[in-house]
Amino acid sequence: MTAALTLPPDPRLEGTLSVLSPSGELLRPDLVPGDEILLKLYTGMRRARVFDDRAMVLQRQGKLGVYPCFGGMEATQVGAALALQDGDWVLPTYRGTALAMMRGMTLAQILLAWRGHPAGYQVDPKLHILPFYIPIANQIPHTAGIALAEKRRGTGLLAMAFIGDGGTSEGDFHVGVNFAGAFCAPAIFVIENNGWAISTPTSVQTAAKNLASRAEGYGMPGIRVDGNDVLAMYHVTLEAAERARRGEGPTLIEAITYRILPHTSSDDPKRYRQETEADAWRGRDPGMRLRAYLESRGMWSEEQEQDVMKGMEAEIKAAMLEADQAAPIEPEALLEHIYAEPLAEMKDQLAEIRALEALK
Amino acid sequence: MTVAAERQAAQEQVKTMTMVAAVNDALRVALERDDKVMLFGEDVGMGGVFRASDNLQNLFGEERVFNTPLSEAGIMGLAVGLGIAGEKPIAELQFAGFIYPALEQINAQIGRYRQRTQGNFPLSMVVRAPYGGGIHSPEMHADSPEGLVAAVPGVKIVIPSTPYDAKGLLLAAVDDPDPVFFFESIKLYRSVKGEVPTGHYTVPLGKARIAREGDDCTVLCYGGMVEVCEEAAVAAAAAGVNVEVVDLRSIVPLDFETISESVKKTGRVVIVHEAARRMGFGAELSARIAEELIEYLHAPITRVTGWDAPYPPFTAAEHMYRPDAARVAAGIRKVLDY
Repeated sequence: MTAALTLPPDPRLEGTLSVLSPSGELLRPDLVPGDEILLKLYTGMRRARVFDDRAMVLQRQGKLGVYPCFGGMEATQVGAALALQDGDWVLPTYRGTALAMMRGMTLAQILLAWRGHPAGYQVDPKLHILPFYIPIANQIPHTAGIALAEKRRGTGLLAMAFIGDGGTSEGDFHVGVNFAGAFCAPAIFVIENNGWAISTPTSVQTAAKNLASRAEGYGMPGIRVDGNDVLAMYHVTLEAAERARRGEGPTLIEAITYRILPHTSSDDPKRYRQETEADAWRGRDPGMRLRAYLESRGMWSEEQEQDVMKGMEAEIKAAMLEADQAAPIEPEALLEHIYAEPLAEMKDQLAEIRALEALK
Repeated sequence: MTVAAERQAAQEQVKTMTMVAAVNDALRVALERDDKVMLFGEDVGMGGVFRASDNLQNLFGEERVFNTPLSEAGIMGLAVGLGIAGEKPIAELQFAGFIYPALEQINAQIGRYRQRTQGNFPLSMVVRAPYGGGIHSPEMHADSPEGLVAAVPGVKIVIPSTPYDAKGLLLAAVDDPDPVFFFESIKLYRSVKGEVPTGHYTVPLGKARIAREGDDCTVLCYGGMVEVCEEAAVAAAAAGVNVEVVDLRSIVPLDFETISESVKKTGRVVIVHEAARRMGFGAELSARIAEELIEYLHAPITRVTGWDAPYPPFTAAEHMYRPDAARVAAGIRKVLDY
């Protein structure tokens, strides 16, 4: 913890809202949520981190496909998720595992999704967690559409999308945020600005001073927040959600965080950046920060920590067993769910695949 | 109104309409029948540039019939979001030639969403787009991008050629559980008239129509080319040649059964479309006929299409690009004289 106290200020964080300092000192007593929320935020982050660490190991063991890790960035997703209500919609990026966990996707489903197994795509639609969006920024216009539907129905529900800093350069980002603004739709757009789009730093994405400043051009508030401070993230998302539910339209949130890990299990960040940069951000670890605060209030102990860790290890083990038992992929999976009823030629193609598979 | 009562009413009231009026009438019926139906796009609230949505905002309000900001990708993405959330969006692209910014949404999202969610979020949505040439429109306004869209698994493509079909197919598209692209020939909007029931009725997707019977040669066509092919067939009949004109109506799903029956009967095939020849939908048709029906063919398949060039930005050159009855007639002669 003491190392964090000597962290040099990072210019990326200039002007962002923080509730806790990197070493866990309380900066904004007025913005601290209740004890129950504090514990949910902490355990949510801890569980996500254990999963992420383990998923990287599983990938190395050949038990998962390419895996987009998020360790060190979990505060953004966990804080935002906990500010929502049941029935709100979330549209994650491929790096949205923590968000998916918070919104009720099971660990077995997440493992199967990263194995490329159809069962991982079979998520209860009532959860309103949409599939990990692999194409960049396509989810942003969808968010406007979903939010418009909820507005029209007067449900008080909203849609929240995540996007990376690189994704904000895509046309669909502009298009979708602009549509949501123009329709005054109940939407929240969270930019997870983790500094790097694979090897491209944010400074190459844009000449803008920061990404939240774009909000003015879309006619909505743009909020900059310390994305490694889960209390700050929870607070700004809650405010944005209340604004959306009051009918005041969308909010653009730029959460400043850092991808201390590779882009995915296939990437080697040493090719393009200094590890000293990542080291400084390791000192801003969101879990350590909240834990220090909770300990200072006597709300957390090593024993509780071990309980969460052990519980999570057991959950992952059980999820792996469940994932391993998923039915093998049949030829049908290739041609199923493309149309409500397969087209005539698809039935012929399925017969061809079956015949070819039978020869193997 | 019950379905049976609706049918009766539909049969009782029939009006002569242009194709664009039939489209307008279909939209009215769709909006009337289902509160979830929404209609939007560029200028759609004011009736759209071809007046296909005339008066609908007055009837159904700005919540259900509205203008969007100008962005084809946004209009497609908005429709996806509305569809996911359980609404029934009908999105209009002002011209099919403006589809290119939306291709990512079509390929990466609209075609894949059902499978990506293992059937949990099917997208029941309709995209309407005026397509094709023949009215001396500016650059990009006369394109026929049906082949580009047909290359995307997961979407359906319907292209009517009569007012009756336009209304019945559009209402079937609205009811369809899959995303349907509905291309409306700009040339036919006001050049054809026909009897159209004013109530609700549907024409099933995936059933071709024999526009004219004949046993000497099969001409496969759709949309704006159907009247051109019929004209060529009339000319051929005067010379004693009986041409069968098959209006495909939808290219996905494709009614290969009807095509097959016709080809088996005539043994000669001419395929006609406005899009460029290379990788146009005629390439798919030709390949399938060659794969499955080669032993019935008495002549090589001939394609009468746009050239492998952009649809000419020079309106004075349009007549050289867009197939006309004379070119179709030449195609018919070619397969007969082989």
